[in-house]
Amino acid sequence: MPVTYPRIVACGDSALSIELSDEIDEDVNARVIALAADLAERPIDAVVETVPTYRSLLVLYDPSLRRAQALRLELEARLRAAVPGSRAARRFVVPVVYGGEAGLDLAELGDMKGLSADELVAIHAAGEYRVYMIGFAPGFAYLGGLPEILHTPRLATPRQRIEAGAIGIGGKQASINSVSGPSGWRFIGRTPLRLFDPSRSEPFLLSAGDHVRFRPIEPAEAAALDAASVAGKTVVEPEPV
Amino acid sequence: MTILLISQAGPMVTVQDRGRKGLLHAGVSGSGPMDGPSMDLANALVGNGPDDAVLEFAGPGGVFEVTEPVRFAVTGGAVDIRIDGAAAFPWESHHLLPGQRLAIGAMRDAVWGYLAFSGGIGTPPVLGARATHLRSGLGGLDGRRLGANDRLLLGEAPAGPLLAFRRFWQRARGPIRVVPGPQDDYFDQATWRAFLDEPFIVSPSRDRMAQILDGPRLPAVGGHDIVSDGTVAGSIQVPASGRPIVLMAERQSTGGYPKIATVASVDLPRLAQTPSGRAIRFAAISQEEAEDLLIAGRRTLREAVAGIVEKPASADLSKEARR
Repeated sequence: MPVTYPRIVACGDSALSIELSDEIDEDVNARVIALAADLAERPIDAVVETVPTYRSLLVLYDPSLRRAQALRLELEARLRAAVPGSRAARRFVVPVVYGGEAGLDLAELGDMKGLSADELVAIHAAGEYRVYMIGFAPGFAYLGGLPEILHTPRLATPRQRIEAGAIGIGGKQASINSVSGPSGWRFIGRTPLRLFDPSRSEPFLLSAGDHVRFRPIEPAEAAALDAASVAGKTVVEPEPV
Repeated sequence: MTILLISQAGPMVTVQDRGRKGLLHAGVSGSGPMDGPSMDLANALVGNGPDDAVLEFAGPGGVFEVTEPVRFAVTGGAVDIRIDGAAAFPWESHHLLPGQRLAIGAMRDAVWGYLAFSGGIGTPPVLGARATHLRSGLGGLDGRRLGANDRLLLGEAPAGPLLAFRRFWQRARGPIRVVPGPQDDYFDQATWRAFLDEPFIVSPSRDRMAQILDGPRLPAVGGHDIVSDGTVAGSIQVPASGRPIVLMAERQSTGGYPKIATVASVDLPRLAQTPSGRAIRFAAISQEEAEDLLIAGRRTLREAVAGIVEKPASADLSKEARR
């Protein structure tokens, strides 16, 4: 199946997917995000919304305004012109209480890797992560940049309920849960930050392309940050990268 | 101020409107109705605008009362409707007065029913819409299904005439049309033949998020894991079981299974309304043909709304006589 990228493929009668690759790659993802930013800044009338993902951009359109055939040509031109990195990157430092009730897999992961809990936490917190996409659930962040030693397959049987704020590992990816729900990922801690709060003026904390670092905190600090989060306050401000 | 009192609710009654727009990039599902045209027609029959919120139900609807006179209409399919025990027809509007009990049964030839009240359901919009998204608990009444003793505010509505269709609104028949892709090349010719030549059974494993189909297994020679990408309503994803899953109104915004094809927008409500256990077949069409169908379907819906007329004054009397 030799496939050449980029290619634009049909997703029914109201969407096209612009595929740049079939692999997870930071440069590819940066181009996806740049193309989404370009379409936001210079909108095409028929484009209803876009969904940047790891290696493709889903473009939803209204065929009453423009047909896919014409839209493809315009998107190809935009793709050639889009320059990655035109938007200033920002970094969020995410406070994490490692272990405890929410870090239910920390000990087992340590045993699997031959690491003490402290060593595992130090490795996780030393990584520089990048938000490849927001998907699956409101504000759920898929992070790239997980140190290789921490790569771990997902559980064969998902757990029924994992709380919002849980810090997870699934295969090569890291995550921060935004809402509670079932998950087959492994969890090593929790953050008091709320990635999603529909009552805030900015309901979503992270966007695709943001950088993330983790900062270990003690339960006492977490309690103070929890209180601020419940009050709807912004607990962390991003810094320029 | 008009309050809708829910005396009894079926197991799956939610507030829905056209859904959330522009937040898929933030992981927020659009949600909205399983059968958009039926919702639009219910709104039109009570003089509402297309953005007003209605109740959507699967299984029995429930028992409802109001504190002020309203108009209501039920659409979606054939269903038993009683006002204080007197039978009333779906697909046209009726008055409901304070003190009267409106009892709505389950759809007989369909799955999803729509109950619109003049003024629309007045729950507060969340992220730009009143539509309930059950998985994330957003919208509607506290993001959940409605239950007995729930009270909902209805919007202000001027009094108006009772309405009905000049010509009956009909769904298309025949196979469910699909556009191949985006991962059509993950499946070989034999699998494609099975997909298009053999029937699938609409499984009872279904909800507002997804519809599972039983039938020939669809192995993906390209593998059943892809790097997650965006989904649309109607995406037919195939996990390692080989059992296709059609993503519906409440779908997640991204997914990691290959998608063999996408159901044409005009046929997705028809799939949603197909009772469990029935057989369906798929037919492949081009993206351009599906666009033509969607544009024509919107025109037909506009014509149906334009063809709504005042019910003749005798209509209610004739039903009285039939009782």
